[in-house]
Amino acid sequence: MHIKMDEKELYSISNQIRQLVVEAVYYAKSGHPGGSLSICDILAVLFFKQMKVEPSDAENVNRDRFVLSKGHAAPAYYAALALRGFFDKEELKNLRKIDSFLQGHPSRGKVPGVDMSTGSLGQGLSAANGMALAAKADGKDYRVYCICGDGELQEGQIWEAAMSAAHYRLDNLTLFIDCNGLQIDGKVRDVMNVAPVSDKFKAFGWKVFEVDGHDIAAVDGAVEAAKALKGSPVAIVCNTVKGKGVSFMENQAGWHGAAPDEQQFKTAMEDLKRQGGL
Amino acid sequence: MGNLSTREAYGKSLAEFGKKYDFFVLDADLAKATQTLVFQKEFPNRFFNMGISEGDMMTTAAGMAACGKTVFASTFAMFAAGRAYEQIRNSIAYPNLHVIIGATHSGVLIGEDGASHQCIEDISLMRTIPNMTVIVPCDENSVYAAVEAAICHDGPVYIRMGRLASETVYKEKPEFAIGKGNVLKDGTDLTIAAVGDLVPEALKAAAVLEEKGVSTAVLDLACVKPIDAELIKEYARKTKKIITAEDHNVIGGLGSAVSEIIAQEGTARVRRVGMNDCFGRSGTREALQSYFKLNAAGILEAYEKFEIEKNK
Repeated sequence: MHIKMDEKELYSISNQIRQLVVEAVYYAKSGHPGGSLSICDILAVLFFKQMKVEPSDAENVNRDRFVLSKGHAAPAYYAALALRGFFDKEELKNLRKIDSFLQGHPSRGKVPGVDMSTGSLGQGLSAANGMALAAKADGKDYRVYCICGDGELQEGQIWEAAMSAAHYRLDNLTLFIDCNGLQIDGKVRDVMNVAPVSDKFKAFGWKVFEVDGHDIAAVDGAVEAAKALKGSPVAIVCNTVKGKGVSFMENQAGWHGAAPDEQQFKTAMEDLKRQGGL
Repeated sequence: MGNLSTREAYGKSLAEFGKKYDFFVLDADLAKATQTLVFQKEFPNRFFNMGISEGDMMTTAAGMAACGKTVFASTFAMFAAGRAYEQIRNSIAYPNLHVIIGATHSGVLIGEDGASHQCIEDISLMRTIPNMTVIVPCDENSVYAAVEAAICHDGPVYIRMGRLASETVYKEKPEFAIGKGNVLKDGTDLTIAAVGDLVPEALKAAAVLEEKGVSTAVLDLACVKPIDAELIKEYARKTKKIITAEDHNVIGGLGSAVSEIIAQEGTARVRRVGMNDCFGRSGTREALQSYFKLNAAGILEAYEKFEIEKNK
């Protein structure tokens, strides 16, 4: 069920995900482009290289599971699923519309390929823990992946779940922390500092890798290392840029939850198409 | 008295049904109190203690259920419906997962712990969540029936139980179906609809009223959601007067659920016995029952008010 892709192809995939994100949010006239654009490289590695998932057998009990704890990055998640073949990518233009199954935040049972409903921050890691516990209870070897945001670490439940994952030695679980440094009200370090992220997870009993979240080889290498580790859950702390790939959105908290107008849409797509050949 | 509490029946039923059905049980450091430890002893590999972190427990249960498991998540009503409300709403009910929330120590009649632990809002909180089923069993046998019905159901279920010994209402496991009420006693002048600890009180009040010549029906509406609207309408037409009785705030609980049906039908008058929108307090169960009139006397007083209104 693996798709074999080289690094260059994965960069092309993450670029396509970014273009679809911008397009979907533009057509929806609302949504969250900033935090969607920061996780596209991670999603490319997961859905096009690492995760055992198959659109034609989407409910396979042995498939790897994915929980987007930062559910507001749904446009990127949906774009990855569509590109992977879970549904027609034309549907992305109907994001957030009344007759579409593409809800503003991921909804299990509505969107093909979505394993867990999320959107209310802080809950996804607990859900991923439950999936990892279920795998262990069943003696199954599927793996569970979860992405949360750095601002999201302010939610207390994340730390409850961090304790639980280490306590139950969930080495079949890998958590990506998308450290883009920004949240709605500004810089994470100004709103409510969460640093030092790596040290906190280490202190909670996790193995931690820190990578450039836009370096596909580095992200992929960390996932490979996580798969080989036994006895504890793994956190991959990804240093990222909010709005990555769209010049005027990069590192701007204002683009957390705003849609581009027509001119901005054109500029954004030009930016991304220019990078397409990376 | 001298019987099992509903929470003890809960622990026993989990251990027994664990032999017949495949499910997991989670608890949040209250396994002795919720009695899930009885299950843990029998099936240690199917039990996970999540520590004192109810929100994490609820969402973990959701994650397991998302992988096809049936999962019980147990703690006190206060920390289930109260503290973990949003996890139940968003992680369990919205994706319609088969998580059964076994909430013990509900209501004022838990006794001495006082208002911080006396959850009188949980029926209200849980029944307003789409997809959720809410069951309030009244004794040992009705707990068995409720737990088995919840296991065989698909989707989230909230089972509300108490702390102290319950009086026997059902000598054997009753017929129980989600969405159906149970007629414990028929009557033509008055209906008392009750849940939980107030069911035996309703039967006592009915016995007193019968002595006075008031033909009194008693309904056990253990399934508060989906509520048996047809049964309520039938008894509304037949008796014209309904008293609801519950160890819960009169706002949002059984009294509200019954009133919502009657408001559309207009065929009966309703009086609600329960906590009158106030917090509980410490005391023995007996002292609290008489202090807050959560007993037969409270139900009889409600009936007197119907009579006074009639004579105005």
